[in-house]
Amino acid sequence: MAAVSHRRAVDDPTWAKVLIVGVVMAFLALVLILPLAAVFVEALRKGLGPALDAVNNPDALAAVKLTLITAAIAVPFNAVFGLCAAWAIAKYEFRGKALLITLIDLPFSVSPVVAGLIYVLIFGLQGWFGEYLVDNDIKVIFAVPGIVLATVFVTFPFVARELIPLMQEQGTSEEEAAVSMGASGLYTFWRVTAPNVRWGLMYGVLLCNARAMGEFGAVSVVSGHIRGLTNTMPLHVEILYNEYDFVGAFAVAALLCLLAVVTLVLKTALEVGAPGMRGRGGH
Amino acid sequence: MWRARILDDDQTMTADTAVRRSSAPPPRQPGKRPLFRRRSAIPGFGLTMGVTLTVLSLIVLIPLSAVVLKAAHQSPADFWAVATSQRSMAAYRLTFGAAFVAAVINGVFGVLTAWALVRYDFPGKTMVNALVDLPFALPTAVAGIALATLYAPTGWVGQFLTPLGIKAAYNPVGVTIALIFIGLPFVVRTIEPVLRDAAEDVEEAAASLGANRIDTILRIVLPALAPAWLTGFAMAFARGVGEYGSVIFIAGNMPYKSEIAPLLIIIQLEQFEYARAATIAVVMLAVSFTMLLVINAIQAWARRFD
Repeated sequence: MAAVSHRRAVDDPTWAKVLIVGVVMAFLALVLILPLAAVFVEALRKGLGPALDAVNNPDALAAVKLTLITAAIAVPFNAVFGLCAAWAIAKYEFRGKALLITLIDLPFSVSPVVAGLIYVLIFGLQGWFGEYLVDNDIKVIFAVPGIVLATVFVTFPFVARELIPLMQEQGTSEEEAAVSMGASGLYTFWRVTAPNVRWGLMYGVLLCNARAMGEFGAVSVVSGHIRGLTNTMPLHVEILYNEYDFVGAFAVAALLCLLAVVTLVLKTALEVGAPGMRGRGGH
Repeated sequence: MWRARILDDDQTMTADTAVRRSSAPPPRQPGKRPLFRRRSAIPGFGLTMGVTLTVLSLIVLIPLSAVVLKAAHQSPADFWAVATSQRSMAAYRLTFGAAFVAAVINGVFGVLTAWALVRYDFPGKTMVNALVDLPFALPTAVAGIALATLYAPTGWVGQFLTPLGIKAAYNPVGVTIALIFIGLPFVVRTIEPVLRDAAEDVEEAAASLGANRIDTILRIVLPALAPAWLTGFAMAFARGVGEYGSVIFIAGNMPYKSEIAPLLIIIQLEQFEYARAATIAVVMLAVSFTMLLVINAIQAWARRFD
């Protein structure tokens, strides 16, 4: 081994590396770490007791429960939809495929506020079904069904857009082999396709869940902000903050931060551990 | 030049043969023509496509059409009056302006972040990599109250900005700060895979031909990244235009000054002015669709170089 340092032509000089990494670290610390740290510091400003009280309070617990219920409906729904859509798009050739993918991606480009508005226009008092719903005493807007619908809308593409490229990459030969040997469609799906896409599915579900639990704009429009009834955790944070109960707001926010941190840890674990998942960016 | 012409001739040839072929189609069994899709041995097309189209229509397409129908319910003059009222115009200017500035700043720091993550090894790289996705995982309302607290005049960052005469929170600057937070991962995650796949041997070739590192980066690396950079920029911009949760806490929400377009929709809704809310929503949808087309066009343009 020669002691001469042999720099490859594509290596940047050390000073440039240090400078770029330093700038990046400083930027990320300012933009990402500082807000995260601020949440925990503000939550614990008056000590652990008041923070725990703010979380262990009937309204806060009702918000936690509603958030969990909403995610428990929206995430499996979008997972099943994503699997169907990815199967239809990846395993067959048909016209209009690009358009279909664009339409599935559409909710990503729609403002969350507009996502809430569209359901108010359909199910609200002046909406398409407004009179029918009032006559039959069914509440969608300012009630749980509206919150679930709005959440389904904003998280609609997450699983599908993770699975479509993955299934397209894997092609159809394995499924064709299974079918030609007499396997049924469902059997082929469970025994051939599902094992191939399970990490991608988990990845999509993880991101879908984070967004479902954290959605604010769309849910805010349809919820009506009734404490203990139609308040999700992010909405509860807003109410407490606007009432100048900063410790309470940041304590509930800290819970949501923990959700985000767990999501990021699991996501990193999937990227490092699961085959074929390296270097995937998500939404 | 003549090479291009030969290619052209080639294409005419294939086009000709294609025409000839289609003018005399091979006899097919009735009912088996692949009008819509090619036949496949794998079962389940009807079921999965049926579910996909039904759910897509019920959840996304029909509800979205409701907002367009509601806005179309009024006379064009009314629509125009609401869509271009002074207050609406001020909201668009702030929303699009802040989203644009935030996307530009993310464009700069996003490239640097992606570059550091792909090309360098440094302590804490795994953590930095995970952290970049924080805006995807953190609920926007949490980001909103955290940023508002940080940049308030007495906040950790705000206290240093106030003596400099910069009013960050409750000001358009605050809106931009929130949108920087929201948009960063879009730029980083779009550029990263392209940078990872970019062939280093091209850079080596440039270097061995005598180009210095700056020249190589300016003339070889950055042009290759341009489509991904534009896509990431457009995605961050589109997301920023629609963003609500992280912005409203730090914005101040003063009409004509720091009121974003999504908030204007909510204000109209709270006054039961549904047609007005739908009008502003249609303007925003039009911008979203335009951005979507732009992104698709950039990607189609990028594929030409593959």
